[in-house]
Amino acid sequence: MPELLHLILGSEMISSEAESVGIVETQYFTFAEPPNELHLECGRKLGPITLAYETYGRLNEDKSNAILIVHALTLDAHVAGKNHPDDPKPGWWDNAVGPGKAFDTNKYFVICSNVIGGCKGSTGPSSINPETGRPYGLDFPMVTILDMVHAQKQLIDHLGIKQLMCVAGGSMGGMQVLQWTVSYPEMVRLAMPIATTARLSAQAIAFDAVGRHAIMSDPNWNNGDYYGRSIPSSGLAIARMIGHITYMSDVSMHQKFGRGLQDKSEPDYDFVTEFQVESYLNYRGESFVNRFDPNSYLYITKAMDYFDLALPSGELRKELAGVKAAFLVVSFSSDWLFPPYMSKEIVSALRRNNIDVSYAEIQSDYGHDAFLVEVDTLGRLITNFLEYADPRTNGADEY
Amino acid sequence: MAQMNIDSQTNTNNDEALHLRPELHYIIDMVKPESHVLDLGCGEGYLLKALQKQKRARVQGIELSDTAVQACVEKGLFVYHGDLDEGLADFNDQSMDYVILTSTIQVLHRPDFLIKEAARVGKRAIISVPNFGYWRVRMQLMFQGVMPRTKHLPYEWYDSPNIHLTTIKDFRRFCHENRLRIAGETDLVIDQGACKLVRMHPNFFADYGIFLLEKE
Repeated sequence: MPELLHLILGSEMISSEAESVGIVETQYFTFAEPPNELHLECGRKLGPITLAYETYGRLNEDKSNAILIVHALTLDAHVAGKNHPDDPKPGWWDNAVGPGKAFDTNKYFVICSNVIGGCKGSTGPSSINPETGRPYGLDFPMVTILDMVHAQKQLIDHLGIKQLMCVAGGSMGGMQVLQWTVSYPEMVRLAMPIATTARLSAQAIAFDAVGRHAIMSDPNWNNGDYYGRSIPSSGLAIARMIGHITYMSDVSMHQKFGRGLQDKSEPDYDFVTEFQVESYLNYRGESFVNRFDPNSYLYITKAMDYFDLALPSGELRKELAGVKAAFLVVSFSSDWLFPPYMSKEIVSALRRNNIDVSYAEIQSDYGHDAFLVEVDTLGRLITNFLEYADPRTNGADEY
Repeated sequence: MAQMNIDSQTNTNNDEALHLRPELHYIIDMVKPESHVLDLGCGEGYLLKALQKQKRARVQGIELSDTAVQACVEKGLFVYHGDLDEGLADFNDQSMDYVILTSTIQVLHRPDFLIKEAARVGKRAIISVPNFGYWRVRMQLMFQGVMPRTKHLPYEWYDSPNIHLTTIKDFRRFCHENRLRIAGETDLVIDQGACKLVRMHPNFFADYGIFLLEKE
């Protein structure tokens, strides 16, 4: 998604004046070796599991300054900086993570790991199944947001961190934030679910389903068994195009493309690419197939579809009753995939449980993508929330 | 009518104190220590911050302006970005010790609704209003025949956010009719950063009234 920022805002915003974290190395942690596999929500077991992760900044002596950033659908552990000096672009939230930035790596130790089911170094359907010696494909078990969080918990334990100062993330990352506060209430002091929901809506499930249909009806998909052969790239590209439409807004599309024609002044009256918006979607789709595994797209969208934090009782307030963290919940006015009312439902359930929560609805035309674009407004909220809301450093005793 | 110079009583090195409107000190005085306080229309959070510091209160606010919400988070306050006309459905009955509305009810579409909500959610409600019965207001209408403009009501008739103005007398009557007991009342004239208490005929001589309400 950083490429999208380039397209929307031009490169000057990305190369902001604040420093970068510089060169970072992706690390790997393997656990759940048989017979100690991770028990998954679907009833199956998975192991061994590798998580790809990156860290930025330094863990302080009492290990109280750790922040876990959890990523959205197609992102990865590479939040900030570059893995190689000649990388064309930095990590996906580089404008929010680094020295002097919202997640200030001079103060905080920032961790981000690729989710299980992913394809950026963590165990997923493209990983080798130790039982067969071949990629899992559809033998990979169905994973959920809860399973992703259980796996991250193992990583945090491995790093020797007893309690996270903060868990933060947007979109599917926000779902993981919420799950963290419910599954491990004692381990999270501050929570920032951004542009997210406590249960995926029928509309969002519908878009996911269409994306999956596109992949699964591509002849190259071959029931998920395509590794070492041609991948279902046209299906994945269509899925990505649908996704991008839901990440933008009517206004942002109008402002960016309008009815502009692509490289021509008169229409050709045929089925080649006529409009700029078509060309843009084609580009988004084509560039995505080079960096993402179609089966991972299937599995991770399913994980989002299954997410319903109000279960088993059906009442979100009840399910959030044990939460201990203080919250900053943020939504964006033009986000129609995770509209502000979904964030307000989260806030309402927290307030009814007498949990400290701040809520902000940021005015933005960028739709769901705003959480990656509106870095100035969002960053200021994050900076101050981290600085002043941590009960560890800002307890009432101070006054 | 004892005059009280508030600024001389507080620490003027304190950033919050400098921004705290003088009449708010009377509200702080009404709040018992370590209470749970909800400020409706909390602005940039100066009152909440003062209550947190001076009364060790557990505080939160609701505010419509996005810049004010940012300012609250900057002060370490918990704030909800939203519209008061939507009510307080998220809050259980009597879940707050105090619900505060300072100079806010006159901008609401249904002040009666929110006052009742405040009295439902708060064990006590503190509500302050600019007094439209103040003599200067009356004089402008009486002798000049124009819509009154004062310190508290500085707007022209066409651009005023104040759509439900009241007088101290009207407000008392409202409380009586809605079975809200006035457990405390402070009437003031506010001028140049200082307040003067008004005890005689406040509906005529005071330009500002602060009410501490309890459900009967």
